[in-house]
Amino acid sequence: MLVDSPPQPRDGTTSAPPAPTAKRRTLRAAGLFASVGVLALVAVASIAVGAKPMPLGDVWHGLFHSSGTANDVLIHDVRVPRTLLGLLVGAALGLAGAVMQALTRNPLAEPGILGVNAGAAAAVVSAISFLGVNSLTGYVWFAFLGAGLVSAAVYLLGGSRAATPVRLALAGTAASAALYGYINAVQLTDSAALNQLRFWQVGSLAAADMATVAKVAPFILVGVVVALLLARPLNAMAMGDDTARALGARLTRTRVLSMVVITLLCGAATAACGPIVFIGLMVPHLVRAITGPDLRWILPYAAVLSPVLLLGSDVVGRVVTRPAELQVGIVTALIGGPVFICLVRRRRMAQL
Amino acid sequence: MQRLSAESVTLGYDQRVIAKDLSVEIPDRSFTVIVGPNACGKSTLLRALSRMLKPSEGRVLLDGQAIHSLPAKKVARTLGLLPQSSIAPDGITVGDLVARGRYPHQGLLRQWSPEDERIVQESMEATGVGGLGERYVDELSGGQRQRVWIAMALAQQTPLLLLDEPTTFLDIQHQIEVLDLCAQLHEEQGRTLVAVLHDLNQAARYASHLVAMRDGEVVAEGAPASVVTAELVERVFGVRCQVIPDPETGTPLVVPAAPRRSLVG
Repeated sequence: MLVDSPPQPRDGTTSAPPAPTAKRRTLRAAGLFASVGVLALVAVASIAVGAKPMPLGDVWHGLFHSSGTANDVLIHDVRVPRTLLGLLVGAALGLAGAVMQALTRNPLAEPGILGVNAGAAAAVVSAISFLGVNSLTGYVWFAFLGAGLVSAAVYLLGGSRAATPVRLALAGTAASAALYGYINAVQLTDSAALNQLRFWQVGSLAAADMATVAKVAPFILVGVVVALLLARPLNAMAMGDDTARALGARLTRTRVLSMVVITLLCGAATAACGPIVFIGLMVPHLVRAITGPDLRWILPYAAVLSPVLLLGSDVVGRVVTRPAELQVGIVTALIGGPVFICLVRRRRMAQL
Repeated sequence: MQRLSAESVTLGYDQRVIAKDLSVEIPDRSFTVIVGPNACGKSTLLRALSRMLKPSEGRVLLDGQAIHSLPAKKVARTLGLLPQSSIAPDGITVGDLVARGRYPHQGLLRQWSPEDERIVQESMEATGVGGLGERYVDELSGGQRQRVWIAMALAQQTPLLLLDEPTTFLDIQHQIEVLDLCAQLHEEQGRTLVAVLHDLNQAARYASHLVAMRDGEVVAEGAPASVVTAELVERVFGVRCQVIPDPETGTPLVVPAAPRRSLVG
């Protein structure tokens, strides 16, 4: 061989400052801290703003020195549950979206793509139409069951142990299409069910009460903890299955746990509020623009910023058509749509 | 007893059997290169040795234990693999990617430490990407990118490192760069390297131990000087050739024969 290798520049042997990495870590931590602050502000706004505006003094009084005034009752029975539900559901949707996008390596993954929303909705439709369930607390369990069943079915259809991102996405899309067909068929033949579902299907926090919050909170909290624990194996899997396996990540276990987490988070969120669109799709994208591709940062950021967006949208929805209100699912779609289009146009999207 | 070996394994995908009753031992501290024509099962063997593929019969032994029964992270601290293709996450920096090689050394109770930081930096310097830590992986050239992936595998700090066609898709300059790097890792750090290579001459030049395969069987193995003969090349690759000493290194150099005009005309 006649090629003489050119002398290789072994750059970096002279100076290798690790400073920028440490600085970035500090910045990210500070950003997360600031995000928590913003979330606190939005939560206060969510308690203060509504059909009946409330001065901050009354908010403070109602929260910490409640003495049963009309405002105190309003805060306790309506505003606080609504805000808590917004926090829980927002965190759940954002985390579920982030885990889904990591799991399927598909930047467009959202609760819709893996069929979770469709599963929840189909179960609720069946419950209303065939079993006569008509209370919100009744929906919760059916929505949850539907989400779980469809997640499992999608995982099996996607090839179970041999599941690949593309196969999972295809299986989820196919399942969604079939289930929405079923939902439409039931709705068309049962007008009573249609009326009941119309509200739920848009996505709303308005019906929140403490019973609903208590019912979904355990699922969402477990889901949040497990999701955060999955950050490292999902990081490894982002580099391809072989690389992840070579690093000692356990792919099947991580996939199954991710599906469980997604089911817990999406099932609980969808059951409580109906399918709220765009949060699970949009927030992880926004977050990635801030943190880069490290899930150890993406997941906590998504868990904090998603409720900011959800509660913010809910507050906006209460203000714009006062004294009536716009459901949060509509507002997130109205705000989220254009933002998402901007994001997609500005940032190069990874290939499926 | 060598650290890594395959014990009469049967390998295949779904129903298709690629190799039957195959046994190979990887000599410790060797730079073993597996060669053979396309579809001879050389990558399949490497995938089995790196536990990417589970043998349907027989077993792969790592330090005397069946590799598939060992905990995944424990294996990953002993044996590293550079797969044929990996995905660099969108917008990841070189430093962050190499740092992910520390995965098997971390756990819930064992988070990032200054030692991890030092190993990552050393791995980047060993592969000549020490100054690129803050650069985005997608901005790099193919050769640089391959060295970044090797740096990630090095950060795993495994005594054994397996490389599946590490020079594919690289031009000749970067091929030689990567192979020089492998030779350096083998000689200076005393790691055991196993690579699948396409180019017989590169294999003969860099390997300390050569495994020649055909139709899922090992046809010959040993030092390149004893394995690479005109007779063997014809038997394995079906190519008539002369083997002469490489003018640079003295290792065998395969020169394919010119077409026989008598047959053509």
